[in-house]
Formats: sequence, structure tokens, C-alpha cells
Amino acid sequence: MLYREAGQYKTSYQRDQAIFPIAQDRWVVWTFVAVAFLVVPFFVNDYWTNAVLLPLLIYGLAALGLNILVGYCGQISLGTGGFMAVGAYASYKLMTSFPEMNMILVVLLSGGITAAVGSLFGLPSLRIKGFYLAVATLAAQFFLVWLFNKVGWFYNYSMTGQITAPDREMFGFLLTGPSALPWVKYLFCLTILAVFALIAKNLVRGRLGRNWMAIRDMDIAAELIGVRPLLTKLSAFAVSSFYIGMAGSLLFSVYLGAVEVGEVFGINVSFLVLFMVIIGGLGSIVGSFMGAAFLVLLPIFLKNFMVDGFGMMPVTAKHVEILLMGLLIIFFLIVEPHGLARLWQITKEKLRMWPFPY
Amino acid sequence: MSAFVDPARMAGHSGMEKGEVLLRVDNVSLAFGGVKAITNISFDIVKGEVRAIIGPNGAGKTSMLNVINGFYHPQEGTITWRGKVRRKMKPYEAASNGIARTFQNVALFKGMTTLDNIMTGRGLKMKSNFIWQCLHWGPALKEEIEHRRKVEEIIDFLEIQAIRKTPVGRLPYGLQKRVELARALAMEPELLLLDEPMAGMNLEEKEDMSRFILDVNQQFGTTIALIEHDMGVVMDLSDRVVVLDYGRKIADGPPDEVQASQDVIDAYLGVPHEH
Repeated sequence: MLYREAGQYKTSYQRDQAIFPIAQDRWVVWTFVAVAFLVVPFFVNDYWTNAVLLPLLIYGLAALGLNILVGYCGQISLGTGGFMAVGAYASYKLMTSFPEMNMILVVLLSGGITAAVGSLFGLPSLRIKGFYLAVATLAAQFFLVWLFNKVGWFYNYSMTGQITAPDREMFGFLLTGPSALPWVKYLFCLTILAVFALIAKNLVRGRLGRNWMAIRDMDIAAELIGVRPLLTKLSAFAVSSFYIGMAGSLLFSVYLGAVEVGEVFGINVSFLVLFMVIIGGLGSIVGSFMGAAFLVLLPIFLKNFMVDGFGMMPVTAKHVEILLMGLLIIFFLIVEPHGLARLWQITKEKLRMWPFPY
Repeated sequence: MSAFVDPARMAGHSGMEKGEVLLRVDNVSLAFGGVKAITNISFDIVKGEVRAIIGPNGAGKTSMLNVINGFYHPQEGTITWRGKVRRKMKPYEAASNGIARTFQNVALFKGMTTLDNIMTGRGLKMKSNFIWQCLHWGPALKEEIEHRRKVEEIIDFLEIQAIRKTPVGRLPYGLQKRVELARALAMEPELLLLDEPMAGMNLEEKEDMSRFILDVNQQFGTTIALIEHDMGVVMDLSDRVVVLDYGRKIADGPPDEVQASQDVIDAYLGVPHEH
């Protein structure tokens, strides 16, 4: 009853093409953004930022990037972990080589470097498709992790082979390093995510996004109406890697602070982010966040529920949690193979008719 | 319907007059390994006409279209487009040169809405750069709206307003064919290749589609080359017909002439039953 668009007339194409053409959607989104920016920072503490909010934001960004490639352009990639590692090591080298550099610039440049690497590994996509491409990108995953372990220059020849983020400030507040402030970290990641989510939405509703989807849905027809396959696929690889690189950079510099490449950016990260995209919904911006939220928040929730609620042993709870996560993933994929985003969309469509569906 | 018809814009890409030879195929042969799909075929398409290509299954009709829009590269022969000889051309180059195409089995972008499908057809005419697209502001926004207006005109022309925001995967077959025509029209092509535009349609849908094809030809001055098996449609719509059989040309001329030719009757049309 509340969610209804009756009486909302669109008198221009611009209004009709808006991201949220329905007024109720706009209010909800603006409220959500306002709360995230203006209310949450006053209440966050170390636990909330490090356990919940930062992983959510950072993996949300990575899932968003992968969704551009897999969901919008239809090119499967299993190199996400490797590309995140590129972002992390790029920002490490930038932070240590140019101590004066602003952190925003560090993150953006790390994204740019990852975009270049990503396009390089995207070159085979012109020749191979589907699962075969997935295997080709798997090569990127293993090669990049091996490279960052092997070549000392990347970790400044440190004894442990780890990279550690030095202290950096943002507007006079400590952003990175062990004593950084939780709310600064949170706001930094949130701002980057919000800005780049908007950019992603703008891209996918513009010409480039339509070309991506055309390649995804029917590449031959796309070519015959003038879409250049190589350029389009590589641009998807570049944009996607840019996002994933930024996520890797944030994961290293803001969230973890110290990284050992094989542990943090292994193949399981590639799968984790791919699962986020599939569960959230291929080809949906909001789906990327839903998928990230599902896979980041649900384990925490289950653990708290079982340990604090039922007094279960933490070790047992961990095992049960893995079990339950698997079951829930299967459940949601059976209920809606197109992901949580589609479920959400169907709910909204039903809600428009409710309570009189005829 | 004709509010947006601007003959100068639609027909005059190359400044060619009606009746000039728009495309000529000379002695083209195409083989896949040992299989000869097309053998030594020559014909021309004249600006402003409706040209039909007919023939039994496997005669090489679709291969011929694929040669014309650059999807296959013939081993022998030349193609002259707007008076310029070309040998090899990538499909997207053909597209930017004003050749549009629909497919035998619908080749729409299934996950996208009707509107987005047709907007994709405008892609070649959109120029705003990456940064503006990221911001969806300034030139990019202006361009989106400008082309949306054009797309809406095509939507009006083909009477598909009601399915504007429907994902094309959900549409019935007849409407999908129409959306595909819309997408090709969005390119404002000089030459429109239609591969069996009426396959699998019922009588009413065929009549609608025939009317749209004639309207496109007459109002926009678009030259049309079409493959079709329905002889009634072919004979009514086309100005000239070329008949292929086993990759060879067996007849070429106005519909009546072709229909009367003994070769064509033997190879394709057959004889009506004597009662």
C-alpha cells in the first residue's frame, strides 16, 4: 500500500531514465545513505568496524567489480584474489616509495595499476569463452601470488616476506596503521564504495554498459551492430580490475594492515567473491552488496547466535557454521537461481500490487 | 507516423541517388574446406529497391548475407560498396558503413529490455567519452536523451510502445522479430539485410511485418535485401529477385520473370498439382 507509484508522472526522458524512478525507492536510499554517513560513524567501535563493517564494504567493492565482468559482460574470472593482491602490493609500493602521497590517490592508482594488469590477463577472452576462460584467469591467480612471493622488490626485501602498511593520515586523522581510528577507516571505505557504486551504475546504464551486456547476451549480433568485441571485453576487464584492485588496496592498507600474500589473496578469495556475485545476483549492482552481506554477515550472525545463544563451544560452532552456510547457499539458489537481487525485485513487484494483486 | 521522416537524413548517407548501384558482388566464391557454399555469384543491389534472395535450403542465401556484412570473407571475388571495392571487412566496420542486419533465428540481447536493445543499436552514433559516461552527466546525459528520443520514434513506428520496458526474453516470437527489426533500424542503415523476417509467423504477423518492411523502404528510402521462403510475400514485396541453388545463381530479375523461369520452377518452386 505504501509502495506504489500511482500519481508519479514522468514528464521527461531524464526522469524516466533515473536510477530510482519510483519516489519511495529514492527516499529509502537517501535515508540509508544518510544513516550510513551521518549516524553510524558516531557509534562504531573497533569490533564493529573490524569484524563487520570493513569486510562488508571492502568485499562489497570487490564483488561489485567482479559483477561488472561476470554479470554484465559475461566473462568468467577466477583471478580475483590475484588482482586484489596486485592492488595491495601496488599500494604498498606507492605508500613506501612516496610517503607524502594522499591515501585517496594511493587507492586510485592501485586500482589503475590493477586495471592494466587485468586487461593484460583479459586478452585471451577474445579467443576463449566460458569455462575455458575461467581456467585461463586461474593462471593469473596462481602466477600473481607466486610473483609476489618470489620477487623481493615487491615486499621491499623484508625478512618475513610480509607487507605492512605504514601510518598515513587523512585530513589529520590517522587512517592506516595499528592505532588508526575506527570511524576514519569506516568513513574512508564507505566514501570510496559509495562514489564507485554510483559510477558503476552510471556505466552500466550508459553506452558502455549496453555494449557489455550485448557481448554477454549474443556476441555475434553485438559485433554486427557495431560493438567492437576486443575493446568492449578489455574495457570490462579493466574497469572490473580497477574496482578489485581498489578493494585489495583497502583490504591491505586500511583493514588488515599487514598481509602475507598466499594467505590473504589465495584462490579461496577468488571463489568467495565469485560466490558473492552469484548469490547476490549476476548483472545487478545492489545484488553485489547483497551477496557480500550474505557471505560476510551471516557467518558472524550464526556464530554469535550459536556461541552466545546456545552456549556452544566456539570450535563446534565453527564447524556447524560452515555446514549451515553451505545449506543456506543451496537453499537460496534453489529458491531463486538468479540471486538475492531478483528475489528483492520480485518482492518489490508484488508489493506494488499488494494487497489487491488484480 | 511520419513525423520524424527526414529523407535527407535517412536516405542520403552517401549522397547516392535512387537507382544507382549501392552494392555489387562480383564472382564471389566461398568455401569451408571442401564444402563450396557459394560458387561464382555476381549480382547487384540498387539504391532504394527491395531485393529478394530466394532458393531452397542450403542454397547459400545466409552465407551470401554473411559475406555482404563482413562475417565471412570470400576466397574469390570482390564486393563493391558505394562504388568502392573491398575484400575484407570486419562486421563492425560494415556496421559503421551503414549495413544492418537481422537474423534467421532471433539474435536479441535476451537479458536486456526492448528499450536497451534498441538503444544498443544507436551505439555507433554515440560519441561521449568514458569519463562523461562514468558521471552520466553533461554530454553523456544529453546524448542519452537525444538518442532515447530517436529510439522512441522507432518504437512508435513499429508500434511496440507497450513492451518498452519488458526484457525481450519474455516476449512472444513475433514481437521479438519486430524488436530485432527495430534494433536494426536504430542504426539508420543504408542497406538493411533481413534474414527470413517472417519465418515462423502467422498470417497476421506476416502482414504486419510486410507492411513495416514496405514502410521502411518507402519512407526512409532504406535499401532492403531480404531472404524469405514465403513466395507470396517475396513476389509482392520485392522489386527484383535473385535465385540461388547449390551455391550458384540460377536466375535474376523481376518477380514475374523469375517465377516463370523453368530453371527456378525445377529447382525450387515446383509445379502446382494438376487437377
